[in-house]
Amino acid sequence: MEHELIVNVLLTIATASTPLLIAAMGELVVERSGVLNLGVEGMMVIGAVCGFGGAALSGNPWVGVLAGISGGVLASLLFGVLTLSIATNQVATGLSLTLLGLGLSGLLGESFVGQAGVKLSAVDMGPLTEIPYVGRFLFGQDPIFYLSLLLVACVSWFLFRTRAGLVLRAVGDSHDSAHALGLSVVKIRYAAVAFGGACAGLAGAHLSLVYTTQWVENMTAGRGWIALALVVFASWRPWRVLAGAYLFGGVTIGQLHAQAFGVAVPSQLLSALPYLATIVVLVLISRNKRLTILNTPACLGRPFVPNR
Amino acid sequence: MPSDTQPPLLELEKLRKAFPGTLANDDVDLVINPGEIHALLGENGAGKSTLVKMIYGVLRPDAGAIRWHGESVDLPNPRAARRRGIGMVFQHFSLFEALSAAENIALSLDDAPPMDTLTQRARELSERYGLPLDPHAMVGDLSVGERQRIEIVRCLLQEPELLILDEPTSVLTPQEAEQLFKTLEQLRADGKSILYISHRLQEVQRLCDNATVLRGGKVVGHCKPAEESAASLATLMVGSELPEVAHEEALESGAVLLDVRALTRPAATPFAVALQDVYLQGRSGRILGIAGVAGNGQGELFEVLSGEVLTEQPLCIKMRNKAIGNLGINERRKLGAAFVPEERLGHGAVPNMSLIDNALLSRHRSDGGELVGITGRVKRGKLRKLAARIVESMDVRCSGTEQPAGALSGGNLQKYIIARELDRKPKVLVVNQPTWGVDAGAALRIRNALVQLARDGSAVVVISQDLEELLQISDDVSVMHDGKLSFPMPVAEANPENIGLLMGGSEANAGGNA
Amino acid sequence: MALELVKRPSPSRLFAALSPFIAFALTLLAGALLFKIQGVPPLAGLYTYFVEPLTETWSLHELAIKAAPLILIAVGLAVCFLSNNWNIGAEGQFILGGIFGSALPVLYPELSNNTTLPVMLLMGAAGGALFGLIPAFLKVKFNANEILTSLMLVYVAQLLLDWLVRGPWRNPAGFGFPQTRAFDELARLPAIDNMAGRAHWGIAFALIAALALWWLLRSTRSGFEIRVIGASPRAGAFAGFSSKRLTLFAFALSGGLAGLAGIVEVSGTIGQLQPSISPGYGFTAIIVAFLGRLNPAGIVAAGTVLALTYLGGEAAQMSLGLSDKAVRVFQGLLLFFVLATDTLIHYQLRRSGDTHGA
Repeated sequence: MEHELIVNVLLTIATASTPLLIAAMGELVVERSGVLNLGVEGMMVIGAVCGFGGAALSGNPWVGVLAGISGGVLASLLFGVLTLSIATNQVATGLSLTLLGLGLSGLLGESFVGQAGVKLSAVDMGPLTEIPYVGRFLFGQDPIFYLSLLLVACVSWFLFRTRAGLVLRAVGDSHDSAHALGLSVVKIRYAAVAFGGACAGLAGAHLSLVYTTQWVENMTAGRGWIALALVVFASWRPWRVLAGAYLFGGVTIGQLHAQAFGVAVPSQLLSALPYLATIVVLVLISRNKRLTILNTPACLGRPFVPNR
Repeated sequence: MPSDTQPPLLELEKLRKAFPGTLANDDVDLVINPGEIHALLGENGAGKSTLVKMIYGVLRPDAGAIRWHGESVDLPNPRAARRRGIGMVFQHFSLFEALSAAENIALSLDDAPPMDTLTQRARELSERYGLPLDPHAMVGDLSVGERQRIEIVRCLLQEPELLILDEPTSVLTPQEAEQLFKTLEQLRADGKSILYISHRLQEVQRLCDNATVLRGGKVVGHCKPAEESAASLATLMVGSELPEVAHEEALESGAVLLDVRALTRPAATPFAVALQDVYLQGRSGRILGIAGVAGNGQGELFEVLSGEVLTEQPLCIKMRNKAIGNLGINERRKLGAAFVPEERLGHGAVPNMSLIDNALLSRHRSDGGELVGITGRVKRGKLRKLAARIVESMDVRCSGTEQPAGALSGGNLQKYIIARELDRKPKVLVVNQPTWGVDAGAALRIRNALVQLARDGSAVVVISQDLEELLQISDDVSVMHDGKLSFPMPVAEANPENIGLLMGGSEANAGGNA
Repeated sequence: MALELVKRPSPSRLFAALSPFIAFALTLLAGALLFKIQGVPPLAGLYTYFVEPLTETWSLHELAIKAAPLILIAVGLAVCFLSNNWNIGAEGQFILGGIFGSALPVLYPELSNNTTLPVMLLMGAAGGALFGLIPAFLKVKFNANEILTSLMLVYVAQLLLDWLVRGPWRNPAGFGFPQTRAFDELARLPAIDNMAGRAHWGIAFALIAALALWWLLRSTRSGFEIRVIGASPRAGAFAGFSSKRLTLFAFALSGGLAGLAGIVEVSGTIGQLQPSISPGYGFTAIIVAFLGRLNPAGIVAAGTVLALTYLGGEAAQMSLGLSDKAVRVFQGLLLFFVLATDTLIHYQLRRSGDTHGA
């Protein structure tokens, strides 16, 4: 069946896009508060190993989801303590979080290698999934997929429709002004960083509970970095992250299918496509310097030390 | 006499605040009564900002008491101060550029009503006090005057009993300042008190009922400004009587050393100003003053004159009859030019580098092979001597030339930077804000040095927001407004009124066609 | 109780010197804890990791082999980081150096002569430099974030190497293994002292590079330029320095050094190309650069320490049955601690509430 194939491709695209979307959405909130956390890759891979471990040890995938989120949050707080409480360089600290995360997850996951995992299965909405064409795509996916869409809507509403969101954006625009007004810059940023960690952890757990149900060292394979690029691509707007994530999911799945069909191109070139696409997209979006300046949170990456 | 029944609105007793290396406030006392405009006078670095930050809860005192309505209070943060009824308009505004005026206002209110109500109330207030503003405008697009209005409206919405204004007129034209005074008098008539921070004596005499004078972190006097003379206030502020800048009549009309014609430059960033059709001439023996409210293109003009940004048409800028529009800053220095930017830390000097390294910053190409050899090797010994000579020539107070530039006070670092440039005896000097945030002694020294350079035959261009300064040292004055430069007028014809009008934008088209 | 930071009037020289040592001590402490959790006596673990490799000549040679690429790469990265250019793609530049340098012995084994090795080294450096120039060019020309582009190129480089050794460059007589032909003697970087151990001349290149960096930073206008632009781009413009030119220079230099390290590793240590030629040297070198405080002498010391963790990891795996994955954890922790203790150079820690009677 022709449309059966199309639906399957769409489903795999959604599965590939969901972790990118979630991780990028978390980082978007972090960056909107003026913090650049380059440790997404590290938090994500920790989320993946905790998620796998939690599910495998308890036999319950939801324990895995919670473990993944907790792992991400803990890792992000480590970053928070350094960059927010003792004002270290955010770029270097984020890098070190990634390096540490990759190492730590390798160590933690050593006994999981080759072990069968627990799958977080798709929701079952009975007859709804049998609606032709759209049924399975809309009603037959894993719970995290729905969560990811809800996340986009919530973040967008939070940032632009609530006072707390206004405060968060204000802190990212000028921490000095925010401090002068009596907003607690550091606390707000801690909250944002922890949220980013939770999202990255959840994204990692999705990889090891839905995308593949196994643990492989370095299984994030640069997805955390792509999520970072997505935030730039989206000019720090939530709905554009959704578009970007599905674009990248599409490229990833497209090249996998091309490999399966035996297209006469080296498979390595196809595998490199998502990375090359990231570079191309970054170039296209950054080319207009004026626009970039206008969109970037003005305090992004600048350490803040209150002068009391 | 303060009546026995009603305690003063605010009373500070022996307030003290130390920062590493300095005692910013030393046992400061101050009393403000209801319905009073109280001046806090003092020159740069006297401790005024520190004091008001403690009143507003941004900083916490190390010792001493703050009494509000006679009752001792603790103000751990600005929110607590606002709740008591204290509002503040900052000198360097605490606004968010990427947000709208209404969002900025909402952020400062602890329990903000819905946006619509808020906008409505802001409109009413702005009409009542003559403070027009557009709630939906993005702050980054607004002029400094408009930003200040947002700050004031934002404060008034909280219905404060005490309003603190930190150097509010430093960013305004004389006419805008006059409008502000009317607003403040209206507020006083409504029974509100105002703490007015300034180092400008005339406006304090015009506006304030009482004054407290700070010097070196200490209170040196309380007085009624209207009963004092400007000279006596100045003496109180500075501690000794300062001589005037020696400014003799300039030579009639020297050779044109810097010639700018029809210079235009598109805005480089969303918040920058485009330069439009600028003409200016720097003549040997004369100082050209460029007045204007901050943010009207002065920084952009400086970048093009210095060569940090190149223009596409080389002929637009000529120096000593050579087209230099497409030459970089070092090429221009080699032709005898020198430049002093507005920002000291991170532009004119690198804060975490020593004074020795900072001596090299502007002179690694201009001094022939004196400081850097042909192979690119830096001659440390010669550099060390140069730094010592610079320190010596302007009496820069430092603990040695190994000290990082960032550890010097504003006035001393500015003296160092100016002396570094003057040491080369430049034929053309362009200075942006020579005495911004500098104490009176250093300012006097710098102004005298600029006049002396001109009298020795160099062309000097001084960009400044300080109109008094320009009227003191310039031979001709032009005004910058919205990227355009007015036709220069001889200083004898210039006064705060006609210059102020140009700063506000009227008659700006009169300039341009030399 | 919360801690707060108070800026020091000027940076503390004491802590500038002390902070790497404090960081290292903290890492040892964390390591001891890690050993304890894994059921290994902490002192024995630390001994195996950090002392044992230093007790025998052959393992000192191994140390030199591992320290050489780390130091070479970190020297280049120091120039990048000092000038605020965040090149984190050294791993990719390392690989490209290996590939470019190997082109000659792989494609033209019959041309082998005395000039082969120098040509290989030059080509390796050129390959790394060219690959490093890609993110630099994209930053200068299109304003694209160099952190992300340089990192993405690491994956591209790994895939390129993978394709070459499985495809066009595979040894036709290699039984289908994904490897190129083994280089002949003239294409191998010789050992310093064949009798004593495997160490090759790579370590000499590394020390020369560190010495050159020291001279560059200390006594030349270029060094001054790097420091000024890194500290303040606007002051750099005022000094008439071009930050774009410096970005290209820094990436070309660090890419070149990483490329040299790559071909040194391939021709000195491995002897042929294979799907993986680096145990993450390009990333570990980032730690080396920071631990060495971006200064040459520090980098040499830090490179040695990090090389030691690699060796210690191998030793601990063999004699104590500890996972070799612990190495990456050690390295990551070390960087964390360095960054944390560096704060003490510019700030004092004090308990909030100490100075104001709240």
